[in-house]
Amino acid sequence: MNILKKLALGVSATAMIASAAAAEVSDGKVKIGVLTDMSSTYSDLAGNGSVVAAEMAIADFGGTAAGAPIELISADHQNKADIAANKARQWGDSEQVDVFAELVTTSVALAVFEIAKQQNKLALVSGAASSPLTSDACIPTGIHWTYNTRALAVGTGSAVVKEGGDTWYFLTADYAFGESLERDVAAVVEAEGGQVLGSIKHPFPSSDFSSFVLQAQASGAKVVGLANAGADTVNAIKAANEFGLVAAGQSIAALLTFITDIHALGLDTAQGIQLTTGFYWDLNDETRAWSQRFNEKTGTMPTMVQAGVYSSVMHYLKAVEAAGTDDTDAVLAKMREMPVDDFFAKGGEVRSDGRMVHDMYLARVKAPAESTGPWDYYDIVRTIPGEEAFGPLSESNCPTK
Amino acid sequence: MLTDLLGIPPQVLFGQLLLGLINGAFYAVLSLGLAVIFGLLNIVNFAHGALYMLGAFSTYFLAKYLGVGYWGALILAPLIVGALGIVIERYLLRRLTGVDHLYGLLLTFGLALVIEGIFVKLFGASGIPYPTPPQLTGGINLGFMFLPYYRAWVVVASLIVCIATWVLFERTKIGSYLRAGTENPQLLQAFGVNVPVLTTLAYGYGVALAAFAGVLAAPITQVSPLMGSNLIIVVFAVVVIGGMGSIVGAVVTGLAMGVVEGLTKVFWPEASATVIFLVMAIVLVLRPAGLFGKSA
Repeated sequence: MNILKKLALGVSATAMIASAAAAEVSDGKVKIGVLTDMSSTYSDLAGNGSVVAAEMAIADFGGTAAGAPIELISADHQNKADIAANKARQWGDSEQVDVFAELVTTSVALAVFEIAKQQNKLALVSGAASSPLTSDACIPTGIHWTYNTRALAVGTGSAVVKEGGDTWYFLTADYAFGESLERDVAAVVEAEGGQVLGSIKHPFPSSDFSSFVLQAQASGAKVVGLANAGADTVNAIKAANEFGLVAAGQSIAALLTFITDIHALGLDTAQGIQLTTGFYWDLNDETRAWSQRFNEKTGTMPTMVQAGVYSSVMHYLKAVEAAGTDDTDAVLAKMREMPVDDFFAKGGEVRSDGRMVHDMYLARVKAPAESTGPWDYYDIVRTIPGEEAFGPLSESNCPTK
Repeated sequence: MLTDLLGIPPQVLFGQLLLGLINGAFYAVLSLGLAVIFGLLNIVNFAHGALYMLGAFSTYFLAKYLGVGYWGALILAPLIVGALGIVIERYLLRRLTGVDHLYGLLLTFGLALVIEGIFVKLFGASGIPYPTPPQLTGGINLGFMFLPYYRAWVVVASLIVCIATWVLFERTKIGSYLRAGTENPQLLQAFGVNVPVLTTLAYGYGVALAAFAGVLAAPITQVSPLMGSNLIIVVFAVVVIGGMGSIVGAVVTGLAMGVVEGLTKVFWPEASATVIFLVMAIVLVLRPAGLFGKSA
C-alpha cells in the first residue's frame, strides 16, 4: 500500500466516523432558535442580549455537540403570540430547529408551547414569568428556567408582609402574566395574614399611570403591588413618585423588576425597592467573570433572563453531548438527569413538570451613596432556597409530571 | 348624588377628570400638529409620533451635551426638530405632491419605523429618565388629589400653544395665506405668494408642535424610543373624531378624549386603551366628516 492510498483510506475512515456521529444528530446539525422581543417593551431585559448569551454558550461549548456543528438563529416576535407561533412553526417545519429558547412574554411562551408540543421539540423558557407554564399549561417538552411568578410572590410578597405591609392594592398588566403574578402574590399575602383590598387591570403596554396611581391612593392600602414588567413598571414607579404616593406613606412593591429597569429609573428614584431575582451579576467571582464578558459584548450587565438563556442553552448542549444525539426525548431525559451546575445555578434540577429549581435571591436596591460604581445596584438580603421559591412538585397541576 | 349612584367617591371622580384634562392637553397639542399638516399639505403624517419622541430626545441631548436645561429646551427642541421637519418636507414629501394620500402615509410611516428602530438600537427600549425642572418639583394638595406642579404647567403650556396656533392661522395675514393655499394654491401663487415655501413652513410648524409635546412629556414618562408609537394611534383617532384638518376640532376633541379616557380608567380600566376608538367608530357612522369637520 503506498502512502497516497494510506492517506486516502485514513481520510475516508475519518469522514465515515464523523458522518456516523452526525447521523445521530438530525440534519447533521444542532440548531437553536432564539425567539425574543428585539424591538418592543421587553427588548432590554431579553432581546439582543439573549441572543448574545446564547452565542456565548455555543462558543464556550466549542461550537459542536455530539460531533455536529451547532447553529443559532434568532427572530423578533414583538411580544405578539401570533408572530411567535408562525415563526416557531416555520423554524420547526422547514428550518430544522431542534430547540426554541428565551420566549419572553407569557402569551408568546404559551403559543410556542403549543407548536413545540405538536412538533415534539424542546422549549426553554427564560423570559416569560407565569407559573402555570409548569402547572396547568405545561407540556412534556417545556422547561421553565429562570424564575416564575410564584417565586416572585414568595420572595417579595412575603418579605413585604413581614415588614408590616399587610394591606395590598394591585396594579396589574391586563394579560396572562399580570393575572398570574397577582394571583400568586395575593395567595402569599393572604397566607401570611395580609389582606387584598382591590386591584385594577391596566392595558398592556400603558404609558400614563397617573390615573391608576390615584385609584391606588384612594384605596388606602399600605402596599401598592405592581404586577407588571419592563417599561410599565418603570412608568408606574415614576408616576407613583410624582403623585406623592410614597411620600404620603404608602409603599410600592415592584413584583417583577429587572436590573435594566433599575438602570433606566436611576438609583435616586429606585432606591429601597425590594425585588426577587434569579441572578445578580455581583454575587461571586464566577458571576462577575461571566457578566464582565457579557458586558464587553453588549455594554450592559446581564438581566436574569439573559443569564438564564446562557445557562439553559449550555445545559441543553451538555445533554446533547451526553446523549450523543439531538433526539428530543433522549436529550430531555439527560437534561433531567444531570444537575445544573454553572455560574447561574448550583445543583439546579430540571423537574418532570418542566420547572428548573434553583435558588432565588431577595434584593434591595441601594441608595445612590451606597453604590460604588456603574451597575452596583443591589444588596442581596436573603437567598431563597429553590424548593421554597418554586414549591414542591406535588403543588404542580401538570398532568404529565 | 350622581357619584354615589356610580359607587365612586366624588374626590376620585374629580381627580380623574383633572388627570383626563392633563392627558387631553397632550392629545390636543399632538393632534393640532397633525391637523395643521393635514389641512395644509393633505398628508397623513404617521411620522408624528417619532418626531414627538425626537423632541423628548433633543431635550435630553441638549441637557447632556450642551448643558441646556428644560426651559431652553422648550424653545430649542421644537426649533431643531422643526428644522428636521423642513428637511423631510423639502426633500421627501415634496416629491409626493399630487399623488394619492396613501403614498404620503406610507412614506411617513416608513420614516417613523426607521427613526424608532435606530433609537431602539442605540438607546434600548427602557428609556432614560429626565428630571423635572427644579422650579416645578413638588405639588399641591387639592383636597381631592395631589396635583404635581409640573402637570399643572403642562396644561397651561399646552393651552397657550393651542390658542397661539389658532390666532396664527385664523387671525393673521400669514394664516389667511395658508388657508387660501389649501383652497386654491394656483390662484394664490398667481397673486405672487410663494406657496411651496409656505407649505414647507407649515409642515415645519406642525412638526415643531410634536416636538414641543415631546419636551413637555420628557420629565413625566421615560425619554424612550417607543414613547411616540404608543401614542400616535390614539392621536390619529382624536384627529378623525375632531374632523381632519380642523384646528379647533383637534384641540377640543383632544381635551375631551383625555377626559373620556380618564373616566374609563375608573369605571372599566381594561377598556381605557380602546374607548377612544369606540368613540371614533360611532362618530364615523353618525358624522363621517368628524365633529368639527366640514362635510365634503
